[in-house]
Amino acid sequence: MKYLTEFRNGEIAQRMAREIAAITTRPWKIMEVCGGQTHSIIRNGIDQMLPAGIEMIHGPGCPVCVTPLELIDKALAIAAQPGVIFCSFGDMLRVPGTECDLFQVKGACGDVRVVYSPLDAVELAAKNPDKQVVFFGVGFETTAPANAMSVHLAKRRGLKNFSLLVSHVLVPPAISAIMESPGHPNGEDLPLGTPGNKVQAFLLAGHVCSVMGYWEYPPLAEKYRVPLVVTGFEPLDLLDGIRRAVVQLEAGRHEVENAYERVVTFEGNRAAQKLLGEVFEVTDRAWRGIGVIPKSGWRLSDAYREFDAEERFQISGIHTQESALCRAGDVLRGAIKPAECGAFGKECTPRHPLGATMVSSEGACAAYYNYGRFLSAEELAKTVVSCQ
Amino acid sequence: MRDGKEFAVGEDLKTGLKGPPESAPDFSGWSCPLPLIGYPTIVMGHGGGGKLGNELVEHLFLPAFSNPALENLGDAAVLELAGERLAMSTDSFVVQPLFFPGGSIGELAVNGTVNDLAVSGAEPRFLSASFILEEGFPLAQLAAIVEAMAKAAATAGVQIVTGDTKVVERGHGDGCYITTAGIGVLREGIQVGPNRARAGDAILVSGTIGDHGMAIMSVREGLEFESQIRSDCAALNGMIAEVLDAAGAEVHAMRDPTRGGLASTLNEIAQASGVGIAIDEARLPVRMEVQSACELLGLDPVYVANEGKAVFFVAAEAAERVLEVLRAHPLGRDAARIGRVTAEHPRMLVARTAMGANRVIPTQIGEQLPRIC
Repeated sequence: MKYLTEFRNGEIAQRMAREIAAITTRPWKIMEVCGGQTHSIIRNGIDQMLPAGIEMIHGPGCPVCVTPLELIDKALAIAAQPGVIFCSFGDMLRVPGTECDLFQVKGACGDVRVVYSPLDAVELAAKNPDKQVVFFGVGFETTAPANAMSVHLAKRRGLKNFSLLVSHVLVPPAISAIMESPGHPNGEDLPLGTPGNKVQAFLLAGHVCSVMGYWEYPPLAEKYRVPLVVTGFEPLDLLDGIRRAVVQLEAGRHEVENAYERVVTFEGNRAAQKLLGEVFEVTDRAWRGIGVIPKSGWRLSDAYREFDAEERFQISGIHTQESALCRAGDVLRGAIKPAECGAFGKECTPRHPLGATMVSSEGACAAYYNYGRFLSAEELAKTVVSCQ
Repeated sequence: MRDGKEFAVGEDLKTGLKGPPESAPDFSGWSCPLPLIGYPTIVMGHGGGGKLGNELVEHLFLPAFSNPALENLGDAAVLELAGERLAMSTDSFVVQPLFFPGGSIGELAVNGTVNDLAVSGAEPRFLSASFILEEGFPLAQLAAIVEAMAKAAATAGVQIVTGDTKVVERGHGDGCYITTAGIGVLREGIQVGPNRARAGDAILVSGTIGDHGMAIMSVREGLEFESQIRSDCAALNGMIAEVLDAAGAEVHAMRDPTRGGLASTLNEIAQASGVGIAIDEARLPVRMEVQSACELLGLDPVYVANEGKAVFFVAAEAAERVLEVLRAHPLGRDAARIGRVTAEHPRMLVARTAMGANRVIPTQIGEQLPRIC
């Protein structure tokens, strides 16, 4: 585990930041797609190290944050049913639904359990044949292979009491949606690719690409004329991704580049992709705060439809509207910074989140709030730490 | 409760009880000035050592039990009794699994209360022990727990002088719960408290952080790691006595950062003393295996529990002397000076990251939640 030290070397990081400053001649807006990258940028203060002209825009890549309210409500409805063991990753438990969250269902009546892998939920189903075990299968392409494997195994083992509540979403359609979203937050409509239009380059999510490779992205780079850099999560990975994006932007290039070669190959994980193709099929998906993006998600394919919790529990009658106050959608599209939302830090805090971006530690709003980005730059500058 | 609507605490308490005993305070007409975070029922986060638990203390326990000794909110209450200054503390233990690498609920129950007394500046003397046992709990396990308690008490130099046993029906408990209470005698000339940290103080931690929490996580169902992380569970009164011998009145505050970890402890002291706290992340002692396990689960070691570590706020002049004393003690070999108290950013904990940037480390809401990916 040298990654914990070598890719977090403060001196090298400072050197890379200086290098980025040296090659930057104009302001650039770069979006990191993945919530894990947002978390790392904010936690390590990488945004504070960049030259003033480079603005990091936090993308829609937190699986917790983009799961629509309606699906949370469906999860709550299923979890509250007697005879159900509802399994989820930990950070889904505090995401507010319309009335409550999974923590409250757990406290009131439901058997809600945190698991670390969907395969643990399959084991639970095998051990509890008299219960219905449901796994909340959310996430991007990263978590999809394990979720696919869980239904694959359940089918092979003939488990009739396991099902998946699926809300898988995909990165490439999200990039298209951002690049095609109308206008500019200030109301100015600028042609794509011109300086001033919001996102001018993307850091692609390294772990998504470890599964999917990056063969899907060259057409996007070409169509929207944006640099796309496959990027990791450690401070030096992120700085390298940013540096490469700036080099391309300054040179007027728009290519797909891999800055995470120790993990990602062009083809990706073929075995995983094969399984995904068998278990899932592409579908339209609603993204929390953004709305429906065509062909932007996966649902269980016909061969695995019997494992779909939405069909098994008859909850299709649940339809929910999002909070009017919460501008999570604008945050997720990169149109505003979290602190620019009127509810930020007022009606909406981590202890009382209105939208999912305030719930998950990967959510842009929570990251801003928790790591003090609600403070002004002057206030933060005053907090310079010296130990002695 | 997402609309921020207030609710009367009394009503919810009443519905949760079969009928309060005669002597119970009457909450029926009392309405909470602030909503308890919108949770009308107890959730696990209320026991997580974060904001939810603090709200229970502030809005429920403090108003109900109001008295000067309680309002200090120290790890132990400081009492004047028959001319003696005494410290009294109590703690309940519900850990699962009951046995884990580096200890068991038995050692925890003794050391937890011993440490709460010790960080209050007291020499721990006597403990009580109450057991709530579940029908069907193996006697052999109980014997092992009791033996561990006896050994831990002997090591800490305290006596368990009174106790109680209750049994609940199968399914109504989790094997074995233990509550201990303890009293100790406060040392002369020592004035420590979470409200006594002052600008300029140096902050020291007695060793690596996060060991206990990750040891427990590593043996929880469904999450076995390959490497064995051992709990740091230990009685700190011996080491703390040596620190007080060396620095005495120059020690302003001490805490054992248990539930909620180092970050919660530092935030509590920043709040109680009305000061800012600045730490340097690169100086935090964290075992590589603990760091790795935290990375895997998306946890931050500053929020992970310790059971054998103490944090000291000492006058800057005494810092190196205290550090030497700590490092010479078997429980303090990895001690480090991690930061200082400042008049800037009051009530806030700010860390300098390894990258040289700054970040605020807030109090957690409830439990730390493992991240999705």
